[in-house]
Amino acid sequence: MTNENNIKNALLSAQNISVTLGNRLILNDVSISVGAGDLKVLIGPSGAGKSTFLQCINQLIPTDSGSIYLEGERINMANNASLCHLRQNVGMIFQDFNLFDHLTAVENISLALRKVRNLSKEDANDRARKELNRVGLANRAGLYPAQLSGGQKQRVAIARALAMDPKVLLLDEPTSALDPELVGEVLAVINDLAAHGMPMIMATHQMDFVRSLATEVLFMESGSIIEQDKPHVLLASTSKSRTLDFCSKLNNLRQVAEHSPEITCTANSNT
Amino acid sequence: MQTIITILENMPYILMGSFITLYLVIGALFIGFIIGLPLAIGQVYGSRITRLAISLYVWFFRGVPILLLLFLFYFGIFNLISINLDVATVSCIVLGLASSAYQSQIFRGSIQSIPYGQLKAGRALGMTDSQSIRSIILPQALRLSIPGWSNEYSILLKDSALCFALGAPDIMARTHFVASRTYEYLPLYITAAFLYFLITLAGVRLLRYLERRFAIAGYTLSA
Ligand SMILES: Nc1ncnc2c1ncn2[C@@H]1O[C@H](COP(=O)(O)OP(=O)(O)O)[C@@H](O)[C@H]1O
Ligand SMILES: [Mg+2]
Repeated sequence: MTNENNIKNALLSAQNISVTLGNRLILNDVSISVGAGDLKVLIGPSGAGKSTFLQCINQLIPTDSGSIYLEGERINMANNASLCHLRQNVGMIFQDFNLFDHLTAVENISLALRKVRNLSKEDANDRARKELNRVGLANRAGLYPAQLSGGQKQRVAIARALAMDPKVLLLDEPTSALDPELVGEVLAVINDLAAHGMPMIMATHQMDFVRSLATEVLFMESGSIIEQDKPHVLLASTSKSRTLDFCSKLNNLRQVAEHSPEITCTANSNT
Repeated sequence: MQTIITILENMPYILMGSFITLYLVIGALFIGFIIGLPLAIGQVYGSRITRLAISLYVWFFRGVPILLLLFLFYFGIFNLISINLDVATVSCIVLGLASSAYQSQIFRGSIQSIPYGQLKAGRALGMTDSQSIRSIILPQALRLSIPGWSNEYSILLKDSALCFALGAPDIMARTHFVASRTYEYLPLYITAAFLYFLITLAGVRLLRYLERRFAIAGYTLSA
């Protein structure tokens, strides 16, 4: 497919994004497109620019150059209404949840429904409860973030994003701030979304998840996309890809951690 | 015995001064809030020029003694532009302006202590910055400001006694007036001190109650 077709057919497309922060080139001409049913995964060492890239896609971080297209329409980044339109259609899940600490789970979800969608308080709360139900937290609606576990917080954050009916979801290492025993409940929700065909771009190091669900893997390093292909190609045991090399190092780290429980923490915080 | 009778006789007169004192303090807190909060928002989120202008304002009001400010405004500025306001109102405005500088710094600190990620989350949901600031940042920042505000209240209450120098008929002025007529200096000043103490205590207690009332369940600020 040519570049132009790519943009036209994609739900969301970021083309030739470059970002400089404090004199350093953080992203160097990177592009990505997501279409219906896509689950594109960003992999790469810490500091590669995955978070920056994801936040450029919904313009939480302004770009030096490059363009964003939503359903083929180019977003005018200088126009606030245009930016709000982009962000309403692109949900974002952060590594550390970013829940609103002063609002209950249900209020966290209903706030933007009231402010952005102009729903009435009852309608917003009804919708919020439906989303909480969908992530299995119907019985936690009245609790504040500080009263929830990490896994529950991340599920509330996912429900909050889903309530806006996004066309695409961006997920920035959604499980890497979680204790190992809580990773499963969040991945289960994401699995379910993938099964329902929600288009997603996700930075993650959960390799089992990537192998079974990713439609494409993009390996990033020093602000560039180095490799980009289907997971079974990049991760084939015969492959000489940087991706496989990186993932086997991750794997080693995990095995070491399993054998000596006292270093589990360090291993997890590095991945 | 005579002392007690003198105090009791003059008590209603002095107590009436509490209303003036409360008017000064509550008025000044209110004016300081109305001006201080936008200043704080401007100082955190504003352009470079806005931040510079606000810094100058804050420096000025924090750098000049309250007594000098009172004279400057009462005999100087208000006189010059021939606005005729009663002493208590001028005092209230001046205390309020000075307090706005201090309050802006209380609010600025609280706003900056709310994790930036929450503003990002608001933006990511399609909310405008002004919506996010109003419904995400400020409700949390104002809660965090209550202890600082309580401190500001007790400082203002004591600063308000300076308005005596302009002749505002507050607790201080009335006590002094009665004392200089009856020569019962010690017991009257002790009475006035006790009144100030009671008003401080009541206000601090009230704010402490509000702090607990609006505390977020399960939420403690990590040190
Ligand atoms: N505000 C900033 N100013 C300067 N450098 C930054 C800023 N934010 C991130 N960086 C740098 O950008 C690089 C990419 O960061 P990030 O996107 O968080 O990587 P990743 O998510 O892949 O770990 C890192 O080297 C980081 O130090
Ligand atoms: Mg990151």
